[in-house]
Amino acid sequence: MEQLAWLPVHDDLGAALSAARRIADPGERLARAMHLAGFRRDFTATGRLDRLAEEGLAAPPAHLGLVPLRLAILASHTVDHLVPGIRVAGLHRGLALAVHVAPYGSYRQSLLGEDPALAAFAPQLILLALDAQDSPIDLPLDSPESAVEEAVAARIGELRHLWRRAKERFNAQVVQQLLVPASPPLFGSYEAMVPAAPHSLLARLNAGLRAAAREDGVLLLDLATQMAGQGPADGLADPVRWHQAKQLVSPVMAPLHGDLVARIAGAVLGRARKCLVLDLDNTLWGGVIGDDGIEGIKLGQGNPTGEAFLAMQRYAAQLGRRGIILAVCSKNDAAVAEAAFVNHPDMALKRSDIAAFLANWSDKAGNLRQIAKQLNIGLDALVFVDDNPAERDIIRRELPDVAVPELPEDVALYPTWLGAAGYFETAGFTADDATRGRSYAANAERQAMLEQATDLEGYLRSLEMVLTARPIGSAELARATQLVNKTNQFNLTTRRYTEAEMQALAEAPDSLALALRLTDRFGDNGLISVVLARPDAALRPDEWLIDTWLMSCRVLGRKVEEATLQVLLDHAQHQGITALIGEYRPTARNGMVAEHYPRLGFTPMAPLPDRPDGTLVWRIETRGSRPFAHPIALDTLCTNRRSTRH
Amino acid sequence: MHEQEIYAALTEVFRDVFDDDDITISAATTAEDIPGWDSQAHVNLVVAAETRFGIRFRTAELEALHNVGDFVQLIGTKRKGT
Repeated sequence: MEQLAWLPVHDDLGAALSAARRIADPGERLARAMHLAGFRRDFTATGRLDRLAEEGLAAPPAHLGLVPLRLAILASHTVDHLVPGIRVAGLHRGLALAVHVAPYGSYRQSLLGEDPALAAFAPQLILLALDAQDSPIDLPLDSPESAVEEAVAARIGELRHLWRRAKERFNAQVVQQLLVPASPPLFGSYEAMVPAAPHSLLARLNAGLRAAAREDGVLLLDLATQMAGQGPADGLADPVRWHQAKQLVSPVMAPLHGDLVARIAGAVLGRARKCLVLDLDNTLWGGVIGDDGIEGIKLGQGNPTGEAFLAMQRYAAQLGRRGIILAVCSKNDAAVAEAAFVNHPDMALKRSDIAAFLANWSDKAGNLRQIAKQLNIGLDALVFVDDNPAERDIIRRELPDVAVPELPEDVALYPTWLGAAGYFETAGFTADDATRGRSYAANAERQAMLEQATDLEGYLRSLEMVLTARPIGSAELARATQLVNKTNQFNLTTRRYTEAEMQALAEAPDSLALALRLTDRFGDNGLISVVLARPDAALRPDEWLIDTWLMSCRVLGRKVEEATLQVLLDHAQHQGITALIGEYRPTARNGMVAEHYPRLGFTPMAPLPDRPDGTLVWRIETRGSRPFAHPIALDTLCTNRRSTRH
Repeated sequence: MHEQEIYAALTEVFRDVFDDDDITISAATTAEDIPGWDSQAHVNLVVAAETRFGIRFRTAELEALHNVGDFVQLIGTKRKGT
């Protein structure tokens, strides 16, 4: 497939770029570049887009909602030609990426020695882009397996040391590029049988990097796998460019390369999509259920078209098991559409896999809004898959925040295109992800019970909720970081932290980093809230700033905030803290918590120095401040390090 | 493809790569004449020309691309008969 095939084609991108260049205001040019970054583009057009955005990116207007991130690339080959593609793909994902490229081939010096430019840049993300030609393992071809293992282990050990340094010095999330073969195999299919053969060595190095990365909390950039089958036949690496300019990645592939890097940056910042919204007729089955009936639609084995639709359903179901929320948005009679899920024997997707099911005759834009509202997620968390180009076009114009992939004519290729688009890139996979689908289904049951209940308090009591609070440790770190980076609505300060930064906060002896889980009679809701409290230079030593307070919207309206505050006050008081200071930093998305602190009995106070405009500050005494009632049992052992010393 | 057509298409390539709609080129135009035509931009030019004309320059040919005339001549040879 063509690279970026899932992005729509612009009528005349060149002319649009020339016109946009004449816009006087840098912020408006940036906004235009963000829009045009969503179209299919080649290397040259991507370079033009980058220049269009450049001036505006130096100080992006707040209303564009771009999330800043500093990315440093430490490479053993030329990467300068890849930077525009990374920045432009970032714009497409709502990221304002500042990219620093360390001097060519000096990655060891940058991390082990002194690199003042890198230190001044203070990277949050470090991409270690190494290649097979760098520090090659040079062993005789007949070396025994043990010698190969030893050499591979030594190289991995060296890289792990560099990763540790990157974390220690910069608190940065490390992304390690897996090695790409630099030369053809020597032995053909027999290659893997010869431990010291070049491709064998590379496979072992990459396997070692994968295992070490998982252990060390490092992310991987897997160019060979992710780029396979995309772009021109020459593929990812072009020997001509390598000899000409030491470019490992061909400039032709820079747009896709940039997208792969920006996906990871987006995942680290929680900008990945969360929900796959599916059309039904000719997307999940062949034919029109309303006309053809359950017997008439094409789905299931025994017929190539039916098999292709079944494969599409299976892919969606697998995404569901990965933690992607599934929804349906279809122009159909609701009863007829739901009956297909219940009665068709070959459906791979079950009705219970679908967290929001909107089949009706109203416009799809309205239905997508309804789905986002029902699931308590933003429109920018949705991916909408529809075989009908006209519907896709309408949604792109009406709801630009929703991702709407272009699709090929043949449904057999839908999973490939959807997978290649990388909407659901992630920086972690936790047990909570694997059970999320069930959790959303349980939420529908709770909702049904609430609708039957005559009084809210009685309903909440009947849920038999237990809130478990634990200091964030290694078990909670990945999920807590994920929540910190993807929670937009119930988030008082929207501070984003990498896993390394979170770990540093959790380990600070004078701070509190709490992970909160909620269980009820319907099951475990998982880790649903994170609270970080710490001393602050603007406060007295016996006061804590609530650096971060966020909660999953799945548990809204269940008085979890009240229970959480009680836990927080108890911990703080126990550590000799007399008052908590809460901040509300307004964003385009967190209006729902504007009244959070006053509602919990905090009193307003004067703004703190050096805070963004519009920040509001509140305070509560830890002693005696328990004026709220809630129906939640607490499981809080006050197990943080400080309290055990008392 | 006539030389004139090559010049017209190559002018567009230069304008796109350097993002300057006022660029005009002639056979004698070299890196000295166009601000920003450094070694990285040179690779960008090569890649954009290859994409635009559907050709590939050989490694040895890359070393002989010194001015616009060299580009036009080589493109003309590779596009002969089209």
